[in-house]
Amino acid sequence: MAIAQSGSPSGKAPTPAPGGSTTQAPPGLAVGGSAIWGFILRRLLLGAVVLVLVSIVIFVATQALPGDTARAILGRTATQASLKALREQLHLNEPLIVQYLTWAGGLFRGDAGTSMAAQEPVTRLISDRLVNSAFLVLCAGLISIPLSVMIGAYAALWRDKTFDVVTSLTTLIFAALPEFVVGVTLVVLFATTVLHVLPAVSLIAPGTRPWEQPVGMILPTLTLVIAVTPYVARIMRASMIEVLESDYVEMARLKGLSERIVIQRHALPNALGPTFQVIALNLAYLAGGVIVVEYVFNYSGIGGALRDAVSNRDLPVIQALAMLIAGLYVVLNLLADIATILVTPRLRTRL
Amino acid sequence: MAVLNPLVAQEPPLVQSKRPAGVLMGALGLWRTRIGIALVAFIAGIAIFGPLFGPHGPADFMGLPNQLPFPGSRFGTDHLGQDVWSRFLDGGRTILVLATSATVLGLVLGTSLGLLAAYSRGLLDDVIMRAMDVILAFPQILLALVAISTLGPSGWLMVLAVGLTNMPRVARVTRGAAQPIVERDFVAAAEALGVPRWRILFGEILPNVLSPLMVESSLRLTYSIGVIAALAFLGFSTNPNGADWGLMIQENFIALVVQPWGVVLPMTAVALLTMGTGMIGDGIARAAAGIDRSRSGE
Repeated sequence: MAIAQSGSPSGKAPTPAPGGSTTQAPPGLAVGGSAIWGFILRRLLLGAVVLVLVSIVIFVATQALPGDTARAILGRTATQASLKALREQLHLNEPLIVQYLTWAGGLFRGDAGTSMAAQEPVTRLISDRLVNSAFLVLCAGLISIPLSVMIGAYAALWRDKTFDVVTSLTTLIFAALPEFVVGVTLVVLFATTVLHVLPAVSLIAPGTRPWEQPVGMILPTLTLVIAVTPYVARIMRASMIEVLESDYVEMARLKGLSERIVIQRHALPNALGPTFQVIALNLAYLAGGVIVVEYVFNYSGIGGALRDAVSNRDLPVIQALAMLIAGLYVVLNLLADIATILVTPRLRTRL
Repeated sequence: MAVLNPLVAQEPPLVQSKRPAGVLMGALGLWRTRIGIALVAFIAGIAIFGPLFGPHGPADFMGLPNQLPFPGSRFGTDHLGQDVWSRFLDGGRTILVLATSATVLGLVLGTSLGLLAAYSRGLLDDVIMRAMDVILAFPQILLALVAISTLGPSGWLMVLAVGLTNMPRVARVTRGAAQPIVERDFVAAAEALGVPRWRILFGEILPNVLSPLMVESSLRLTYSIGVIAALAFLGFSTNPNGADWGLMIQENFIALVVQPWGVVLPMTAVALLTMGTGMIGDGIARAAAGIDRSRSGE
């Protein structure tokens, strides 16, 4: 499955045949209509395979490591009775393959087991928190996606001008900072020490929704935006530069077209494809970022739940949340790949 | 897969294999590299030699918890009444050792697999790179959390988990840079002479992909520091009772309003360290011709 990578040479997956690169249009020109549907079908199958493999990795890392899993979870002081109960709950007495199939089959039917800490179905436990996290990611995404695309595109257009130099230096510094450092710094600056204008925690009272207290959303959202925007803006800049330096843009320039037409008619449509990758990358990054950011602000979402579950060794919750976050990564990249194919200008005229 | 889809992307500019030494010299000529090196040296110096200069033991009790600086305690006391300055000086080693080990592990595994994939082409290439894609589906911190969920936060496990998530990213870079190299005549010549495969990989191909690897290693180090520190911040430290920058931030976060130093000192150190490694990486990337200098990919 394709995890978007930046514009370095390594980022290119199957490189087109050397002979194909001399054409003025993108190398995909030789692909026919049916080949596109074939490509999409292959992608979907590959995505499904990756999801299965991801579930195996999660299963192995949590439940199939050498040693007594039940004792590792409950600790040395566990009684025989509690060990036996846990083994039965997680089917630890059965062969590994049966354990895996039981767990994966349950997930497939929407049954993620029972939380060991809360003694509640995992799905019920995380559904509210999932909504809260999704809202946080949505807020951060709505700000960071246009922001990163704009910064990246303008930095590429005004390459080596002041805007580019300034943004490249600031994005370089911010991209290096871990999310929790950004979050804690914002708390120090705006909530506790320097200024006292915003709440340091975003507690969501039971039964309420995060959008009912927008002030509490500001700092978590801002943290995620600062964490993800520089990273994506740098990748966007690299993709935009590739488009601007491509043969077809050079061709358009050599034809004597005005710069405005070159950018509007030739560069931007071709930069649209990469934009989907950027959005997918952005959202996937945010889904990982919530783990730490929710903990910083005590925000009741799946990231905080995952941290607590690891702390309590609540295996069913850990497995379900890990599958959710990694699965989101796979699905987003899949959608981005397919969307890219569908919006490529040459293909659009064909369909 | 790339940000740029293969159907849209252009052929990447052929990487001119600049000599790694030349790239390093070029990088040293850039201000950002110099500032980066100074930052890293400063923070690493504190982490390595700091424990020798602590005025008190990291676990010595100085008085009431969460006190602002007073004579005898330069930065006050932490949540248990221990000296913040002494614990700060003592708390950088773990993060440095774990992050460096995870980076080295990821580099060794990723380089080997990337070279093997590029050289073998065909089925083995596909199998290796699809396996890398599976690991890439996990945000780094997620896989580390999953790994320590059953066995607890031991050092080797964190190194293994973070190292494994570094691996696919290194493998992609290595494979991408090695692909044009394996087509070159000197590789065919070595094959004709009957040079063993591992010597072709590491003796003939590896020296030609060192420049992108240097960029990648500083990136991997930056993110490894971030992940290891974040794990400690989440409460998963190899030494729960000891001093550790990430853990210090978590422990004293609750008392931030009354005593900011227990948070601000370790946080500044982590921030400067990652900024430093990031700037070094960017400097090397700029110096290495043919590598897009704005690369910051995870």
